[in-house]
Amino acid sequence: MFLKNDIDKSIDAARVRGRIAQSQLRDRLFSVAGLVVMAVASFVLLALLLQLAYDGIGRVSWKFFTSYPSRFPSQAGILSAWIGTVLVMFLTALTAIPLGIGAAIYLEEYAPKNWLTDLIEINITNLAGVPSIVYGLMALGLLVYEFHLGQSFLTAGLTLAMLILPMVIIATREALRAVPPQILEASFALGATKWQTIRDHVVPYSMGGILTGIILSLSRAVGETAPLLTVGALSFIAFLPNPPLTSEFPFISIQWLFDPFTVMPIQMFNWVSRPQEEFHINAAAAGVILMLMTLAMNALAITVRARFRRRIHW
Amino acid sequence: MTTELITKPALKAESEKLCFYYGGGVQALKSVSLSIPDRHATALIGPSGCGKTTYLRCLNRMHDLYPGNRYVGTVWLYPDGLNIVDHTIDPIEIRMRVGMVFQKPNPFPTSIYENVAYGLRIRGAMTRSDLDGIVEQSLKDAALWPEVKDRLRDLASNLSGGQQQRLCIARALATSPEMLLFDEPTSALDPTATARIEELVQELKQRITIVIVTHNMQQAARVSDYTAFMYEGELVEVDRTEKIFTNPSNKLTEEYVTGRFG
Repeated sequence: MFLKNDIDKSIDAARVRGRIAQSQLRDRLFSVAGLVVMAVASFVLLALLLQLAYDGIGRVSWKFFTSYPSRFPSQAGILSAWIGTVLVMFLTALTAIPLGIGAAIYLEEYAPKNWLTDLIEINITNLAGVPSIVYGLMALGLLVYEFHLGQSFLTAGLTLAMLILPMVIIATREALRAVPPQILEASFALGATKWQTIRDHVVPYSMGGILTGIILSLSRAVGETAPLLTVGALSFIAFLPNPPLTSEFPFISIQWLFDPFTVMPIQMFNWVSRPQEEFHINAAAAGVILMLMTLAMNALAITVRARFRRRIHW
Repeated sequence: MTTELITKPALKAESEKLCFYYGGGVQALKSVSLSIPDRHATALIGPSGCGKTTYLRCLNRMHDLYPGNRYVGTVWLYPDGLNIVDHTIDPIEIRMRVGMVFQKPNPFPTSIYENVAYGLRIRGAMTRSDLDGIVEQSLKDAALWPEVKDRLRDLASNLSGGQQQRLCIARALATSPEMLLFDEPTSALDPTATARIEELVQELKQRITIVIVTHNMQQAARVSDYTAFMYEGELVEVDRTEKIFTNPSNKLTEEYVTGRFG
């Protein structure tokens, strides 16, 4: 039996199909456009990386890691620079991580919702976008001139910590917010206090996001040059800082905190500004290593996130 | 309007002229006076937005988690006659005594064992074997033990929805609550899982006071001894369940239970 209709259905169907075909075409056009944009962006990035690698890879050798800078380009190495980068990153992480996580937990879980909190929030978001040289100037005025910390590892570590603190706070808050409220209610309903709920549930379950944010922030700090130049990084250091461990009691020394510092990008900057072509090759080689450091940190961030995602589903 | 209970069992809790205001100033409960008998199941029914969940969440001070909420009136918790909604009483003390099972199963993303053990852990030190014993007993009480006894270290999220809800019940039972609140516990579950939860409620009410919010009237009829019908923030009628469903005194109740509105 046929159902009779006033309208001729076949015409309608043709029109619907036409409309679908049109939408499908737009869909495909957009995906092609997206692909082109992505290809251009990755091509430019890849070309830069390959150029850097092509120029510098020849200089990368064991000796390059174990030599101090030198006025002879073929003898110059990055020993003081990479050790400086490791030590400065250590100080940055040591300061920025507890402060950042603490601030994020306070703002997300404890702070009353009022105009002061709003003001702080707006400020933190803005601080994440302040040019890094401004942090350098602030650190110069505050840490070097006011607190007399000198042009030291401590100053460098604290400067970069200030720089990444807003990023750590924002990333941590995002991660904390991703924990569903039903989970928190479950904890409270069992009689848990706020602190127990945060310690046992909120923070552990958002650890993947928090770590990812921290690692990405640190990988940005690794490449920072401007603020460290401002606070007085030395670009030619032919000695290592005082060792943090000593043979005498109390076996730990903090003397190195006050030693002059340099880091990888500063070393690169110094070599690039030399007239001799050979130094430019050194700079490219140091650049390759710095890139690898950053890529390694990003890879670590991805791994950490994947690990936690596998464990936690809501 | 309150209806006197015909036979008067001992009470576990009793609200007197309880009003509740949400942070925005909306009054969600209007002078609700309701008696909750000890070791029986009381069902709260009513159309969406009638305040039944709001009432339930007063009983363990869940509303204190969000700023601006305000209670007026009293809710006595017996036998000691503590006023649950007294703001000088720490809500944590109330939640230590009154457990809750939520609408959607909400296990922690940890192991089955840790889920059940958590309430005990925050209550302080306990030997490993004591903890093991209570976890096992709670899972047995929640009729989940046979299904999970060989995989207590598995993630709770690997369980089915119905199993997760029974896990949440076990988690609440582990802390030996005096009263257990169920907020539409089966609305996210299939009929088989629902039946198992209902069976469980019927068993548990022998020894724990149960208050269950449900939008499923058959469920209220099946599991509860007393039923309270709420409408627009007011308690319309409360009575023995069979009376509410067969011969309610209020016209509105009758219309609701016969499905004419809601």
